[in-house]
Amino acid sequence: MALDAGLVGRSYPPSAVYEVGRATIAEFAAAVGATDPAHTDAGAARALGHPDVVAPPTFAIVVTLGAADVVIADPDVALDYSRVVHGEQRFTHHRPIRAGDRLVSTTTIEAVRTVAGNDMLTTRVDVATEDGEAVCTATSLLVARGTA
Amino acid sequence: MTARLRAADVAVGTELPEQTHRVTRADLVRYAGASGDLNPIHWSDRVATGVGLPGVIAHGMLTMGLAARAVTDWAGDPGAVVEYQVRFGRPVVVPDDDTGAEVTVRGKVGAVLDGGRVRVDLMVTSGGEKVLSLARATVALA
Repeated sequence: MALDAGLVGRSYPPSAVYEVGRATIAEFAAAVGATDPAHTDAGAARALGHPDVVAPPTFAIVVTLGAADVVIADPDVALDYSRVVHGEQRFTHHRPIRAGDRLVSTTTIEAVRTVAGNDMLTTRVDVATEDGEAVCTATSLLVARGTA
Repeated sequence: MTARLRAADVAVGTELPEQTHRVTRADLVRYAGASGDLNPIHWSDRVATGVGLPGVIAHGMLTMGLAARAVTDWAGDPGAVVEYQVRFGRPVVVPDDDTGAEVTVRGKVGAVLDGGRVRVDLMVTSGGEKVLSLARATVALA
């Protein structure tokens, strides 16, 4: 079933606060094999000018994946998640995510289209601190293979 | 501590040190736990083959995360990446053995931008096949 073009621009209420912990950053860094001490040693991070340990560039997906669940839960979005693959991913970092951040994510449907029988949905998640400082924008293209 | 790379020391065509990563099932389990992405196509052959995949595949985001290391190790600051995008072209199939799959990351400076920023173009392959396409990062150098 083709996705409704009227979904474009739909925005969802902000997520609950995601508090970034040092241990979480260290675990994620280990999982991608990132050994830079700025992920685990606040002193090393400060030597580079960061207030605390910083997350690897793709850590933002941990914050935004949960936030984007609102799209999956939206009954108007007829996407067959059993057939969904991740097509593209983009991060724009306004500054690195760091330990102690209290982040709020706002998800928006940026595009829907159907190409060669595949439904494609682009979501944008804007991540900001609780106080409104922009931190990261994550854009994901999801492709439901052969469903249109 | 690693020294931060200076913009003055790079030019279009500057190559990043090549990196090769081995990805085993254990790495997929670790990444699943750390990322919260528990999709069974990344740990169950039964589910993976049931949806038409050749077998368990690596999380695309794990491959993207591994590829980022070539950039952050080179730049000397994991906070230096201001923009990073990839297209997931081909899955990395990870066999259930001790060897796993190999992911090789090459990169070079594709453009020198304003403000000490450069665009790095990445070539990410596994078993000789390109697994990420249009993989590029914008990096703020010292």
